[in-house]
Amino acid sequence: MDIMKINNLVKQYPKVRAVDGVSFGVRQGVCFGLLGPNGAGKTTTLEIVEGIIPQTSGEVLYKGKPRTRDFAQEAGIQFQSTALLSFLTVRETLATFARLYKNPMDLDKLIALCQMEDILERFNDKISGGQKQRLLLALALVNDPELVFLDEPTTGLDPQARRHVWDIVRTIKTQGKTVVLTTHYMEEAEKLCDEIAIMDQGAIIAQGSPADLLQEHGKGVLASLPAFSFPIDPMTLADENIRVRQKGDNIQLQTKDIKGCLEKLLQAGVDLHSITVRSPNLEDLFLDLTGRRLRE
Amino acid sequence: MKAFWALFTARNKEFYRDRAGLFWNIAFPFLIIAGFAAIFGRGAEPTYKMGVVPSQGEVLSYQLPARVEDSPFFSKVEMPNKEEALEKLAAHRLDIAVQAGTEPLSYWVSDTSPKGAIAGDILEAAAAEPEVLKNYTARQTIEGFQVDYIDWLFPGILGMNMMFSALFGVGFVVVRYRKNNVLKRLAATPLSAFQFLSAHVVSRLLVIMFSTLLVYIACVLMFGFQCKGSYLALITVFMLGGASHVSLAMVIASRGSNEEFASGLLNLLSWPMMFLSEVWFSIEGAPGWVKGLSQALPLTHVTSGMREVMSYGGGFAEIMPQILILALITTVFMALGSWMFKWTG
Ligand SMILES: Nc1ncnc2c1ncn2[C@@H]1O[C@H](COP(=O)(O)OP(=O)(O)OP(=O)(O)O)[C@@H](O)[C@H]1O
Ligand SMILES: [Mg+2]
Repeated sequence: MDIMKINNLVKQYPKVRAVDGVSFGVRQGVCFGLLGPNGAGKTTTLEIVEGIIPQTSGEVLYKGKPRTRDFAQEAGIQFQSTALLSFLTVRETLATFARLYKNPMDLDKLIALCQMEDILERFNDKISGGQKQRLLLALALVNDPELVFLDEPTTGLDPQARRHVWDIVRTIKTQGKTVVLTTHYMEEAEKLCDEIAIMDQGAIIAQGSPADLLQEHGKGVLASLPAFSFPIDPMTLADENIRVRQKGDNIQLQTKDIKGCLEKLLQAGVDLHSITVRSPNLEDLFLDLTGRRLRE
Repeated sequence: MKAFWALFTARNKEFYRDRAGLFWNIAFPFLIIAGFAAIFGRGAEPTYKMGVVPSQGEVLSYQLPARVEDSPFFSKVEMPNKEEALEKLAAHRLDIAVQAGTEPLSYWVSDTSPKGAIAGDILEAAAAEPEVLKNYTARQTIEGFQVDYIDWLFPGILGMNMMFSALFGVGFVVVRYRKNNVLKRLAATPLSAFQFLSAHVVSRLLVIMFSTLLVYIACVLMFGFQCKGSYLALITVFMLGGASHVSLAMVIASRGSNEEFASGLLNLLSWPMMFLSEVWFSIEGAPGWVKGLSQALPLTHVTSGMREVMSYGGGFAEIMPQILILALITTVFMALGSWMFKWTG
């Protein structure tokens, strides 16, 4: 069942069409990821779905109906950037937010889940960026929500803190909660998301489970070689089975028939000492779809 | 209700932990009152600066006729010579210069100084034989109670400080919260605009009440102010005044996330109030439209209500018009503020 259904969403700002006809459904209990480069329209889409900003046109359905006041009770939201009430400690902030809800989560459990024991008595504005990110995540979970929205929950975190956030997301997923998140990190999307939608310039350009998307778009394997390994112009090797691309100092060959490709390289006298062969990941897929890198 | 209390207590903590804000809230009005008390004192009359030029002769003498010496209107400064006295007169550092030992007493004033003209008249009246003056005027003093300026000023300053605390303490903070997305975060919770606004209003009223009480007690102890009428009526009109200003701030802060713009708007409102709401001086005798404008400002009703109670011993009956007007203003602005309120900029 779709817990959220979004139909033909449009957001027109005076100068930009930030969201341009986006439709998707989020099934109950999954982790749904919105991926895309800066300015793709991820945050705008998410905030319309959360009911924070109004759409220009289009429809947002929660459990099959337009959102009611209960939506705020049942949804947990982490924004990309927020300041918090000043002169309050972390513990007081959590307690204050908990009291805004009918059925808050037990604070001790929440504190343990988000590993915040060490910063509880500090003031909101006296914690590090990563600690603040954890606090914002905890605030998103304070009402024990059915549906959690996380806008770039791991941006700016060190690898360990990032893995910790991933653990939290997995934990809340096992509790049957639905998670909608945005991210720039392909690795994160592959690890956490059951379903992803790739956005670019306000529109979804590909959607499905990570495995399906790779199957569908990222066919074959990728072979990579330094440009100096080629005695001839690498572009002459391209045919209906082999795509050749220059990537910096490297030449990348994409092919469904790796055996045939290797034979062709040997025949051409290419030095295969530094070859690497791997299957494509979402990053390659994205590059394929948009012709651009994710974090440029 | 739980949500209201959560926000209310958070807001209160924010206030009393903000030591700098707390300090100025209390120190500022106290310093103004202390300053004015030092300048005007109680029962004192305005004095004129008189430069005394010594008599010409063997020994320099600054002796003036006894009646002039005794006049309470002049503070006398001894001048080394006439030139210096006239120079100071021209620069308005003296109001009048008198040559000692002359008969009739000769004196100088500057044509361009209104105070000089008055000082001259006072000097002439003081120097004249009382018997002679009797033929022209008859002085009488009014019976009964008169209000010293400082006693008149005190409720005005308390009201003015309340106005600043209400307008800036709420208006500015809400706009800043909108700018840095604190409001957006709260918008994602079930909190309603009315709950949010009323928590702010009540918290700010508590703050105003608390800081005013401290200032009031300190000033009463140090300068002997008294409230002749009902304390309850005084508190009521003051608190309704606070509520009306906080709600006015809510209307101003209902939209927008530009702190500079909000602060400009707040200044635009608070300055006319400071001068047209009879904080510092009465606007009796001002043109009709100024008086009309003054009646439209909530602070006018606060200062007049407080004065009625403190100086003239009024109670609820006497200040019912002020109470009703302030209650009406509060209701209208509060409704307008909640209705116009936006969480995001
Ligand atoms: N309030 C606004 N007014 C005008 N334009 C806006 C506003 N908010 C966003 N935009 C524009 O809409 C587009 C989409 O922005 P959005 O914040 O949704 O991107 P994003 O995918 O979240 O990017 P990022 O990865 O950098 O967070 C951008 O071009 C942005 O400049
Ligand atoms: Mg974003």
